[in-house]
Amino acid sequence: MSMNRREFIKIAGLSSILGIGGVTGVTALKNSVEASQVSKNPEALTAKRWAMVVDMSKFASEEDFQPCIDACHRVHNVPHVTDNPKHEVKWMWPETYEHAFPGNEDEYRAEKYQHMPFLMLCNHCENPPCVRVCPTQATFKRKSDGIVMMDMHRCIGCRFCMAGCPYGARSFNYKNPRPFIDESKENPEFPTRMKGVVEKCTLCYERLAKGLEPACVEAAKEVAVKKGTTPGLIFGDLEDPASEVRKILSERFTIRRKPELGTSPSVYYII
Amino acid sequence: MYNGGKILLGLIIFISLVTAPFWLSGKQATAKPDPKIDTPEILKLPESDRQCVESKAYMKKEHMKMLNEWRDWVVRDGVTVYTSTTGKQYTMSLQNTCMKCHSNKKNFCDECHNYAAVSPYCWTCHLEPKEKGL
Amino acid sequence: MLEKAIYGGRRYWVWVCFLLSLIGVGFLAYLYQFQNGLGVTGMSRDVSWGLYIGQFTFLVGVAASGVMVVLPYYLHDYKKFARLTILGEFLAIAAVIMCMLFIFVDLGQPLRVLNVILHPTPNSVMFYDMLVLSGYLFLNLLIGWTVLGAERKEVAPPKWVKPLIILSIAWAPSIHTVTAFLYAGIPGRHFWLTAILAARFLASAFAGGPALLIILAMIVRKYTKFDPGKEAIQTLGKIVTYCMLINVFFLGLELFTAFYSQIPGHMHAFQYLYAGLHGHSQLVPIMWLSSILAVIAIALLVFPQIRKNESLLAVACAATFFSLWIDKGFGLVIGGFVPNPFEKITEYWPTLPEALITLAVWAIGFLVLTILYKIAVSVKEDVVFDKYGERQIKAE
Repeated sequence: MSMNRREFIKIAGLSSILGIGGVTGVTALKNSVEASQVSKNPEALTAKRWAMVVDMSKFASEEDFQPCIDACHRVHNVPHVTDNPKHEVKWMWPETYEHAFPGNEDEYRAEKYQHMPFLMLCNHCENPPCVRVCPTQATFKRKSDGIVMMDMHRCIGCRFCMAGCPYGARSFNYKNPRPFIDESKENPEFPTRMKGVVEKCTLCYERLAKGLEPACVEAAKEVAVKKGTTPGLIFGDLEDPASEVRKILSERFTIRRKPELGTSPSVYYII
Repeated sequence: MYNGGKILLGLIIFISLVTAPFWLSGKQATAKPDPKIDTPEILKLPESDRQCVESKAYMKKEHMKMLNEWRDWVVRDGVTVYTSTTGKQYTMSLQNTCMKCHSNKKNFCDECHNYAAVSPYCWTCHLEPKEKGL
Repeated sequence: MLEKAIYGGRRYWVWVCFLLSLIGVGFLAYLYQFQNGLGVTGMSRDVSWGLYIGQFTFLVGVAASGVMVVLPYYLHDYKKFARLTILGEFLAIAAVIMCMLFIFVDLGQPLRVLNVILHPTPNSVMFYDMLVLSGYLFLNLLIGWTVLGAERKEVAPPKWVKPLIILSIAWAPSIHTVTAFLYAGIPGRHFWLTAILAARFLASAFAGGPALLIILAMIVRKYTKFDPGKEAIQTLGKIVTYCMLINVFFLGLELFTAFYSQIPGHMHAFQYLYAGLHGHSQLVPIMWLSSILAVIAIALLVFPQIRKNESLLAVACAATFFSLWIDKGFGLVIGGFVPNPFEKITEYWPTLPEALITLAVWAIGFLVLTILYKIAVSVKEDVVFDKYGERQIKAE
């Protein structure tokens, strides 16, 4: 068999590309941790689809809802960006009725409803547009419990999800968040974020895995104990007919934000 | 030789540029890394328990891969418990498991990473343990 | 052929150095952004895309518009465009490179950009946009280079290019359609949620792109011995005219639907852009400037007598280009974010670093374009152009 130099170089080049590519491919596929080596924490709270009911009758003033926000932001090291409102980062915050439910305004509606501080958080939609648009699956829907998660390790910061979310639930780290976290109050067990990634409420996936309820729900319970009422945030499994959430939904009139968009939010409001 | 002077000058500049890293780095680069595992947290453990989640040789070679996979299991699959080959169970967490023992990031992580000139960006998000006296 | 780019006159090098200095300044601005994060731009939690993505969107149109010369020439055998096709293809290459750079500078974590390939996500339109853009870049590079190379050797281009050219003709509308889908499939952003968005994009692209090509062809003719052809320019002028009219017609359709239906969400963005909303009117002057430029352009373009005057045609093309640049490179993106999902208004205006980076990306595009055009023109100047039946100025 004879070949000229041109053919030889062609074949040599091709085989080295295949060789290098193949080796890289095989190494990338080989996992060092076997699936059999990992397991769920048996104490973890589990559900088919987590949902939250916000009982607005319990949130009259700042002292009712602020503890929930503070608990959330403290537990997750959410930066308190004060120097520029455009760069604000928030996982949970209040909005008045006209802003929380735009398109449902009515100038004759009673004052008390107009100024109610509706607690906003990620809706953990059943059909989330943010997940649909993310080009890297950095935001994704957990099949096990319906949480719309953020993988901050993977986020490239394209902000497509922020355009995609019809609820304004997402914040982008326009700068390094560390200087805006009070070091004396930071949670040493949870990471911060870095500049250039998107963040939002993750329904306290890290607490659920340890068998704890979300921080805001826990805070709402503490407020309720102090006031001698029932808590304003109720958390449970939407797919479990016996759950407290389902009990409330079958008895009370509840609304969700922008249901006409077909996203099917998992956060309900009782007015 | 045509333009001999220019060629020689060029050669000298080229060689000094190429070898600059060796001249400029001094002796530091040759100092072998020596990661310390004598943190108070580790010393507190009984001798028999002074063992990482896997063997030292394995961890040395595979820790980066392992951490990547731990990350994916925890963040993406909500699975948090790792069963070591010794049968012991650990929570998969860089901040809350690894660094609880290896509380000396500077003398443990950075020691080798600096030597190997790698800078994994773990710590832009994950909080380092607060090291006393440093 | 690349060697042709390193032989040039004084004017050529002054121009190249000017572009390089813009790129240098922009690169420093980018380092500043890289170090400090996107907070150095005017973007915010509410207006989370700005000038960069606007420029990207606009330039995809410019890239796609190359098809307006390639299609008549190859599918309809319209010989007058023979000399223009290479300019169209090379413009597309420069435009796609700018598109990719604008996406890159817009990323919060640019070093992770390969995650898009590492974790391919077919449900994201961004994934397809990456595919079609890189495919289009590849096609144009391959076709442009091969055809020009063949021309230099004065032989017919190889047979395998023809199917690729047909493919690139079909490919061109796809890049702009997919880019429109980035916006048009998002629930809750009324301004973008319109079925004719892709059609609007294509109409504006096929007006703005050829308008730029006419200006470039005139510049090439003025400063080199290569003449793309008077009639070719006139035909392109007709294309600009029709597409600009269709573009304005489409905008009218949007306005009718919004304002006759009176649905607040559909009216808000238009109100904000053209009249101001709740006292916020930062974009009103430039949106009206865009509209006035469009009216001027159409007034000059629709009358064949005026259009035939080349200097007036140039004015009309400049007006078209800038009108569409404002409308699509700015208004379209910002309008989608105002008002925000809470019907509150946060305004946006680019900052200095953002403007410098944008300018630098344009400068890179123009540098690529200059080099490619230099090569194309040098080759064309060397070749006697009698094979298309129309004699060119002979090379000395």
